[in-house]
Amino acid sequence: MQETNQHITHKNEAVISIRGLYKSFGTLDVLKGIDLDVFKGENVAVLGRSGTGKSVLIKILAGLLKPDKGNVTVLGKDVSTLKEKELDALRLKIGFSFQNSALYDSMNVGQNLAFPLQMNFKNLSKKEIDTAVAEVLDAVGLKNKINEMPADLSGGQRKRIGIARTLILKPEIMLYDEPTSGLDPVTCIEINELIKEVQKKYKTSSIIITHDLTCAKATGDRVAMLLDGKFFKVGSFDEVFDTDNKLVQSFFNYNFIK
Amino acid sequence: MPHSKFKEKINNYFIGVSDAASFVGLFFKQVFSVPFHFREIINQCYVVGLKSLPLISLTGFITGMVFTKQSRPSLETFGATSWLPSLMSIAIVRALGSLVTALICSGKIGSSIGAELGSMRVTEQIDAMEVSAINPYKYLVISRVLATTITIPVLGLYCSFIALIGSFVNVTMYESTSFIGFFEYGFASITFLDVFTSVTKSVFFGFTIGMVGCYKGYNAANGTQGVGKAANQAVVLSMFLVFIEEIVIVQVSNWIRLY
Ligand SMILES: Nc1ncnc2c1ncn2[C@@H]1O[C@H](COP(=O)(O)OP(=O)(O)OP(=O)(O)O)[C@@H](O)[C@H]1O
Ligand SMILES: [Mg+2]
Repeated sequence: MQETNQHITHKNEAVISIRGLYKSFGTLDVLKGIDLDVFKGENVAVLGRSGTGKSVLIKILAGLLKPDKGNVTVLGKDVSTLKEKELDALRLKIGFSFQNSALYDSMNVGQNLAFPLQMNFKNLSKKEIDTAVAEVLDAVGLKNKINEMPADLSGGQRKRIGIARTLILKPEIMLYDEPTSGLDPVTCIEINELIKEVQKKYKTSSIIITHDLTCAKATGDRVAMLLDGKFFKVGSFDEVFDTDNKLVQSFFNYNFIK
Repeated sequence: MPHSKFKEKINNYFIGVSDAASFVGLFFKQVFSVPFHFREIINQCYVVGLKSLPLISLTGFITGMVFTKQSRPSLETFGATSWLPSLMSIAIVRALGSLVTALICSGKIGSSIGAELGSMRVTEQIDAMEVSAINPYKYLVISRVLATTITIPVLGLYCSFIALIGSFVNVTMYESTSFIGFFEYGFASITFLDVFTSVTKSVFFGFTIGMVGCYKGYNAANGTQGVGKAANQAVVLSMFLVFIEEIVIVQVSNWIRLY
């Protein structure tokens, strides 16, 4: 668990550590040798074009997909070998914010937020659950939406509720899948702020998947660029984009319209 | 090469069958273990019952009435219309009630379960449950399959009863029978085995309809197309299986009758 990496100057423990990760679907090789450490309390932004396997990567971290090869350690546990019970215990410490929010259509906002608590902690009183729901709704700034149905929310509001639903379990690790995709620039900035607030308030370590450089720059303590199934470079924003690599440059230029 | 394509098809078929078998197996593995989502089961029973009640009432009534009407001429030629109550009771209790219910529920319940779980799969709501340490199979599939298995036999009995009323309405238009008289005469020709077989059939139908809907929805392919396909296939497959089960169970109950 206390695995520290010499060439990165963090003295902290790594909460996520990925070594030599491979994943393919049929003949399609998606991840081809991924190495990454995420240290306690830091946000790592993972950048990459559509279809490069960003979502696949964090789905493996949450145990939704099995890796073909390689080691994936989260909070000291090897995810791919865990038994169902142990995996569930680990999942309670991981917050997963889905690309399309994945709110439960049949429940209103309050029920969506209460559901993970009710299912996992049967002995909580109604009052305790209500308090927790109010707290996370407050944290994402949507207190007045508690009785609305997901279908009646805007995209940005859905994203916030999705994040709130993961926060209610007080996760140690947050995995954000494209938190700003499909949102206008102003809302993007608000979501970026929210991600940083969550990092501070809930003391989470996070992976933020995105193809939006503004989001990566604003939220990521470090940035990792996924190119052709591998990380091209992991480091500060400037380190990663100070390069001659044409693919990385085009990504950068497109985002900032140089 | 067409040969290898054929081989692939056969292969996929058996992979599909073994997938389905393990999906059903999971039900028996998990149904008796904690946690039990009683409230969700009751909620689903309510949904299943409520959704199909109006249609079953209408179809049951009309089936009973029309069936009686159509049987009358052939009995009239023998002057045997007084047999109508017992003939109808046998036909309805032994076959029509549970079969009509199962077919209606295949359409109404099977498709709605398929579409609901399908859209939950496609929009990653099932994954969302999984990552918050909730067992989606248990919460979604087991509660729905139990609900259909419990509710459809009740609906089947209800449908039989309504069909008999339909039959009575037709009989009473031509002959003077009392309501009580009709039912006394009708029930006299029904045995315990008839009712028992009918309920057993309905239990199998209910289980099948719930299971097929859940299987198709739970494994829906990505995209909105996947949802429609799941709902459609759920109806087709569960109707097909209902007929197969009808034939097998009737055969078995006939063997039992002989002893
Ligand atoms: N369950 C699956 N079965 C088969 N192929 C899959 C599956 N999940 C992902 N893929 C394939 O893996 C590749 C990477 O998918 P992924 O969703 O990770 O992309 P992404 O980087 O998240 O893209 P986007 O930015 O569009 O979300 C895609 O080509 C996709 O078709
Ligand atoms: Mg993605």
